[in-house]
Amino acid sequence: MTPVLTVESLRVEIPVKSGLPRAVRGVDLAIGAGETHGLVGESGSGKSLTALGIMGLLPPRARRSAARLRLGEVDLLALGERAMEDVRGDRIAMIFQEPMTSLNPAFTVGAQLSETLRRHRKVTRGEAIARAAGMLARVGISSPRTRLAQYPHQLSGGLRQRVMIAMALLCEPKLLIADEPTTALDVTVQAQILRLLAELQRAMGLAILLITHDLSVVARVAQRVSVMYAGEIVETGEVADVFARPMHPYTRGLMSAVPVPGKVRRGAPLGTIAGVVPSLIGDIDGCAFRARCPSAHDACLRPPPVRGAGATRSYRCHLLPEVAEARP
Amino acid sequence: MTDHVLQAPIVLPRRLRQGGFAVGAAIVGVVIVAALIGPALIPHDPFVQDLLKRLVPPIWMEGGSAEHVLGTDQVGRDYLARLVYGARISLLIGLSTVIVSGLIGTTLGVAGGFFGGRVDDIVTFVITCRLAVPLILMALAVVSLVGSSLLVVVMTLGLLLWERFAVVARATTAQVRNLDYVAAARAAGCSRGYILLREVLPNILNPLIVVATLEMALAILLEAALSFLGLGVPPPLPSWGLMIAEARDYMFFQAWVIVIPGLALLVFVLGINLLGDGLRDLLAPEGRA
Repeated sequence: MTPVLTVESLRVEIPVKSGLPRAVRGVDLAIGAGETHGLVGESGSGKSLTALGIMGLLPPRARRSAARLRLGEVDLLALGERAMEDVRGDRIAMIFQEPMTSLNPAFTVGAQLSETLRRHRKVTRGEAIARAAGMLARVGISSPRTRLAQYPHQLSGGLRQRVMIAMALLCEPKLLIADEPTTALDVTVQAQILRLLAELQRAMGLAILLITHDLSVVARVAQRVSVMYAGEIVETGEVADVFARPMHPYTRGLMSAVPVPGKVRRGAPLGTIAGVVPSLIGDIDGCAFRARCPSAHDACLRPPPVRGAGATRSYRCHLLPEVAEARP
Repeated sequence: MTDHVLQAPIVLPRRLRQGGFAVGAAIVGVVIVAALIGPALIPHDPFVQDLLKRLVPPIWMEGGSAEHVLGTDQVGRDYLARLVYGARISLLIGLSTVIVSGLIGTTLGVAGGFFGGRVDDIVTFVITCRLAVPLILMALAVVSLVGSSLLVVVMTLGLLLWERFAVVARATTAQVRNLDYVAAARAAGCSRGYILLREVLPNILNPLIVVATLEMALAILLEAALSFLGLGVPPPLPSWGLMIAEARDYMFFQAWVIVIPGLALLVFVLGINLLGDGLRDLLAPEGRA
């Protein structure tokens, strides 16, 4: 079966005065129907630009290239801006981090939902409102008719994110890109939204690309995870597998920074990764993580190979995990 | 459906109590009503002269009569009729000028703010050029070259008074452009035109409405100034500025001839400004139901 989304060596470069930052340096992704793929990494690692690159929504100055960028059978690289507008919101939808500002304050919820639908489907106004109300009910909003008549500022953050999800799923897209969908919400609402996303995914066979820096969110909802560092995916695999046996030193560093009840000694400092992310301007010689890696050695001056580890697992490092683990 | 009770807007009465807005709205309302139906109610024609009844004082002064409530001018035309008819001219000029300048300024400003880059450079340059043009001098020059008529005055003022619209529209558009709901609209497959009209424009409207009131007051004052200098609305049309100009000779002995149109101008412009101030508070995002 062809995956819903296929990305091969996606690159994004944004020319600025001081040089040419290569913000995304050859990202590969494949997401199947009904699958949630977590994309984690620290700020500036290129997660969001990867998403915008897939959507074709990069800032005008940015340059995108890819060996392959497909949505099902459709080659997104071959589509013009007009055709991309038809794809966006219809077959790929996106939800954003900040539900408080993601809705237009000047129009009612109903107007915004029905117009999104009418943008892509030939339906009458009444029909659109009816379907919008149905979708609001599906995302767990009680008395949807009342909500349709309200303005965004009359809704709470959790409700607004539900409305955003309803708007995104109104045209029944194949792929949903969720850029930190729960970061701005408090923890209980966060859990509700994640559960809701999982339910809708099952019902609609949706592929989800979940961008986050919260490893616990990935652990809860994703089946696969890719870890990004300096514009590259350094490790990818099944979530349970990666979390249990991280192979790349960066992933191991991330894991050691997460407090695990019972495992972490009270009062003991959590793990950190010393140093800072390297400059993205120009080429990075050798391994991008070299300067911060506890097990760096001479070989790391050369670009690291992508090593497979089982059918669904790969990572980008010179060292075999046993060796790297033994070193620090 | 109990929610409806909660969402009932309680904003207007609270704001109304703040006085300024109410006073402004009342003044502007009275002027609009007077301009619309006043001429039909007043038994005198603002253009008919009666040289036997020149400079009849208003009703509250010695020698005044109920027939001419505000008296008559130097050629015996009823002053109230002229004042009310002049309100029409002032409103017409104020509104038309704001429409012309608002269209020009908003288009330029939104284009600059939304597209940024080179477009913005050009818009900024044009705004700077406009700011370097002396308003009154330019208006005088144009009107004296082309000849004065209502249309020429409106177009001249409209083509000169757009820069505040442009500045405000440009700044607010640049702000709105980067907000998440614009990004969300793009992610939902909306075209640029749609985003400009439905996402950007409605959200920059409030400051533009406030600018519109300021510009309207300014346009009315400028028209009065042009008329006073004899280059505004051509006589015998009773513009308030023209009435002040014509009354100049009688200033010392029949002061009311100049005080009445002057006061009308002052109160009306004050009313518009109060209304604009009130609107700014009223239209603040938290004030919207």
